[in-house]
Amino acid sequence: MILDQVQIWTVIVGLGVGTLFIRYSFLGLLGNRELPEWFLRHLRYVGVAILPGLIAPLILWPEATGGSPDASRILATIAAITIGVWKRSVVGTVVTGFGVLYAVQYFTG
Amino acid sequence: MSDDTSNTKSIFWRGFREGLPFILIVVPFGALFGVVGTEAGLNILQVMSFSVLVIAGASQFSALALLTDNAPTVIVLLTSLAVNLRMAMYSAALVPHFGKVKTWLKFIISYFLVDQAYALTAKEFDERPNQPVENKVAFFFGVVLAIAPLWYVATYLGAVLGASIPDAFSLDFAVPICFIALIAPMLKTLPQVLAALTSIIAALSLTWVPFSLGLIIAGLIAMMVGAYAELKLEGRK
Repeated sequence: MILDQVQIWTVIVGLGVGTLFIRYSFLGLLGNRELPEWFLRHLRYVGVAILPGLIAPLILWPEATGGSPDASRILATIAAITIGVWKRSVVGTVVTGFGVLYAVQYFTG
Repeated sequence: MSDDTSNTKSIFWRGFREGLPFILIVVPFGALFGVVGTEAGLNILQVMSFSVLVIAGASQFSALALLTDNAPTVIVLLTSLAVNLRMAMYSAALVPHFGKVKTWLKFIISYFLVDQAYALTAKEFDERPNQPVENKVAFFFGVVLAIAPLWYVATYLGAVLGASIPDAFSLDFAVPICFIALIAPMLKTLPQVLAALTSIIAALSLTWVPFSLGLIIAGLIAMMVGAYAELKLEGRK
């Protein structure tokens, strides 16, 4: 699937250096400088703004099925989200998701 | 003086103990990253380089998903780094506590500034703001010792085992599941839920945009929706 070795290493090193830079930014370079409030307000939503959009196509059009929607994956997603929001447990969410996925795949053959 | 040292030591171990419960998050994520990375065609050195150099699970999974989607390098880096932007907030929040330590130590602290280490240290400094800086540093590294080594080990075990897991187990689904496990606990307020929904709808309707740029546009729109909703709700109080 992933073939380009140069791209892989560029991403690994670039992401490593960039992430260290982000973590070092205020502590090492910017000090006590205040961030504008509108910026902080947007920053708070980075996680919930990017990650759901990233996985939505992976769930609806999975590569493993050649891109056609798959009932077991959709049901497993719904179950995992329910447990995740309700119980807030990482392990519970992962176990529920895969549990439902395998159960549906087993019964639908 | 010896009192201080023993105190610093006990604070280090308190940090370590408080970090222990996070093993339940760090180990499954690390192992899944190892498994998914190997499945995607990375070798063990590459998988380990990700976990050692980047040490930020969500961005590693993002990079992996975009790489398998054949996105251009610039987009992979932009999106994955955006996922880590929240850590600039962590960095800013720690300035009052670690702002005066030596530069080399700042680099090491920054390298280990992962979500869990930040969450626990922020809570500790909130409760005990006036400790000497060496105690604060000790607490931070106590937490780090509880989780960072296991992150590497779990990634390695996942990578080694991953290659032997057959396709029938649908391990491609591990990426979405991990993200759901990460996102679901964040969905505590209405603006967060609205941002997440916007992100999904926008990303799905923008898949036609070239170079996987649709996701970045969707992310920006969703951030604005979240921020705007927060502002509106605050105004109503």
